[in-house]
Amino acid sequence: MACISPDGKPTESGTKMLRALKSGLGSAGEIAQSTGLPLFRVRSGLRELLQAGLANQKNDKYEITDEGTKLLK
Amino acid sequence: MEEVKQQTISLPRLGEPAPAFEAVTTHGVLKLDDFKGSWLVLFSHPADFTPVCTTEFIAFAEIYPELQKRGVELLGLSVDSVSSHIAWVRNVEEKTGVKIPFPIIADLNKEVSLAYGMIHPGQSKTETVRCVFIIDDKQVIRTILYYPLTTGRNMDEILRIIDALQTTDANGVATPANWRPGDMVVVPPPNTQEGAEERLKKGYECVDWYLCKKKL
Repeated sequence: MACISPDGKPTESGTKMLRALKSGLGSAGEIAQSTGLPLFRVRSGLRELLQAGLANQKNDKYEITDEGTKLLK
Repeated sequence: MEEVKQQTISLPRLGEPAPAFEAVTTHGVLKLDDFKGSWLVLFSHPADFTPVCTTEFIAFAEIYPELQKRGVELLGLSVDSVSSHIAWVRNVEEKTGVKIPFPIIADLNKEVSLAYGMIHPGQSKTETVRCVFIIDDKQVIRTILYYPLTTGRNMDEILRIIDALQTTDANGVATPANWRPGDMVVVPPPNTQEGAEERLKKGYECVDWYLCKKKL
């Protein structure tokens, strides 16, 4: 997992993406631009965050879940 | 008489959609779709911790900034494990100071290698040969290069091909032999006699009606 470590904590890139989601950025492109991560990494990372229940998807936009917010604290 | 089963594998061809995949890589699980909107150089190497491949990885890392300027991502592949890939790229960085910035597919089950025709049994039944697939932003295969196990790839040529393809797409022209950015490009040949006659009046540099060049 590139965004979530085996211990369930977000990796450095996972944390960057969760922070971007928390600040209200919604699309994969916006997150890539704000985090400096390549778009392919963001798309793949968002799949991981969705599977882990740390983000939700509405059409082509994403938002952080309560569980995702807790992990940032 | 024992029945011989023959499996026909359809290899990707130029102008066709690149075969979709989902693969474990050193940057997590990646799908071909993840690269949509970017150009992609998908390349295979025979094995980690081998000398020619190491020189190639260093060379690919060196042209990575140039590729990024052209909107191109890089994705390596071999049939080694992720742990092997990670150990190798760490070793390359430790020994040479070169960080490998792009992901590498761990194609242990050979799913991607077979879909892209990267295993040539005449060269090796177990390793991928040195393939390069240049895939455009619409995920269409635009160039396929195969190099034998013993010959390292030429990075200048990969960049040159990308420059030529992107110039063709942007300007509707072709590029002559040994073309480099800034050189004259080839104007598409006319389809009619009238077009051929008009062509000669347009101020292009023409050898004859079918071979005209212009500056961009």
